[in-house]
Amino acid sequence: MTSSRLSAARPAEIRWHPTVVRYAPVVVIVLALIAIWYMAAILMNMNIVRGAFERNDTSYTTAELIAGTLSAERPLLPAPHQIIETFGDDVFGWPVTSPRSLVYHSWVTLSATFLGFLLGAGFGVILAVMIVHARTLQKSLLPWIICSQMVPILAVAPIVIVVLGAIGLRGLLPKAIISAYLCFFPVTIGVVKGLSSPDPMQRDLMRTWSATQAQVFWKLRWPSAVPYLFTSLKVSITISLIGAIVAELPTGAQAGLGARLLAGSYYGQTVQIWAALVAASVLAVGLIGLVSLVERWVGQLMGARK
Amino acid sequence: MLAPNETNSADGPAVTPTALVVRAQGVGLTYQTADGEVEALSNVNLDIAEGDFVSFIGPSGCGKTTLLRLIADLEKPTAGSILINGVTAEQARLHRQYGYIFQAPALYPWRTIERNVTLPLEIMGFDAAARRERVERYLKLVNLSGFERKYPWQLSGGMQQRASIARALSFEPALLLMDEPFGALDEIVRDHLNEQLLRLWNQTKKTVVFVTHSIPEAVFLSTKIVVMSPRPGRIIDIISCDFPRDRTLEVRETPEFLKIAQRVRSGLRSGHSYDE
Repeated sequence: MTSSRLSAARPAEIRWHPTVVRYAPVVVIVLALIAIWYMAAILMNMNIVRGAFERNDTSYTTAELIAGTLSAERPLLPAPHQIIETFGDDVFGWPVTSPRSLVYHSWVTLSATFLGFLLGAGFGVILAVMIVHARTLQKSLLPWIICSQMVPILAVAPIVIVVLGAIGLRGLLPKAIISAYLCFFPVTIGVVKGLSSPDPMQRDLMRTWSATQAQVFWKLRWPSAVPYLFTSLKVSITISLIGAIVAELPTGAQAGLGARLLAGSYYGQTVQIWAALVAASVLAVGLIGLVSLVERWVGQLMGARK
Repeated sequence: MLAPNETNSADGPAVTPTALVVRAQGVGLTYQTADGEVEALSNVNLDIAEGDFVSFIGPSGCGKTTLLRLIADLEKPTAGSILINGVTAEQARLHRQYGYIFQAPALYPWRTIERNVTLPLEIMGFDAAARRERVERYLKLVNLSGFERKYPWQLSGGMQQRASIARALSFEPALLLMDEPFGALDEIVRDHLNEQLLRLWNQTKKTVVFVTHSIPEAVFLSTKIVVMSPRPGRIIDIISCDFPRDRTLEVRETPEFLKIAQRVRSGLRSGHSYDE
């Protein structure tokens, strides 16, 4: 009874376009976050702005106060539009070779990231191959590998810089090494898992053909490990970016996103810090996208289902 | 009680002096487990002659797969000896004297059907021309011509298993070891593949050792049925079947077929009495 009356009272059902259905939740969440951000910016910057007005002995209305919180030069929390404005200005407002350009700083960090990633991933794979082929190595190396990841990188980074600096290595390479130090771990763990993933039947088949260890590796273990490798690489490349940024912090680097973050915090340029953070996230998304693209391409070569 | 460990039953055909492909003497395998010793196989004596089609049949746990793995040198016996063509099982494996077919096709998903079939050839160092020729010949033999460029996931289970048979045939071993190759397939596909296998065996004159738990399958395919029993795994009967080499599925309706099937069944039942 009740239900039939309810359904009779219900207006004609609205049919949303699939695109709307798909993106509406995302848009709603983003809008909500932006709204919360603006509220937080108003509340957090209130005291600074009020203090400024009072120091100058000027009277102010609530509207002026709120406007002030959203356009302060050194806010505690910059408003999203300020960050976007500064980000756009830093990226497009300067020639890419200028130390004021965010593109320049991003490139400095990116080059260390790439080199670190290559070193780290390469080292990670080699370590994994050794671990899979020698049981003793698994027992003796694994604890050290795990320990290496428990040491806080911020503490190790200056030591690495000093030690490498003493033997004449400066600039890109020390940063890359710190980045590699952080990013080899997921690769090692993933590739060890991948290399051990062929089932006993597939390994038995190799035995029935009396394949050599090298043949088993190249024709069975390595191809089996590829999906695991890419999963690890996606984790690893973002860690490698973080590593490169962290490596710039304690070294007094003059360029790079880390240097930019540090300079921002020295001079209270919060908007600049946030703009650098946005640049870092854009890089991270781009890097993961790049790895995913390579993964798709390799997948196609290896006959993955579409 | 049926005579155990008999190499040839009295009512079988006269043995022609062909070479022995497999000779197992007093073979036993005992595993050490946390709960003590487990005897997987005990005192197995078996001769398999060239051109034989021998089936191992028995309930699970009777050691039929283990016996096949011992012949393939995928496991080592703890007692007795196994000779393949007069050399040890290990030497036979190192000289790639047999092709092994598992219950699952175990094709490599990243290789096309063609490159799956050439995999053992690559490993054994065949040149590209020989590989091409073998792929063509053996895919044709298992009725998979035209599927060279497909990936395994694009084929049905039966087709995949046929591809794995082509792979085992590709390097032309004289001995085929098959471990319940059609066990995962439905009965219709299975009947069809059994007929194809028989035709293939008849054409290539290979020696086949075939593990199964299906009585009709064993009787239909074999020249010799080895009935096995569990705890410990052992041979309780060896039955000869002398249907013509080019038999068809219709042979399953004949009284001779039913008689042999009955003997296999009673053998299996007598083995089972140990369970109670």
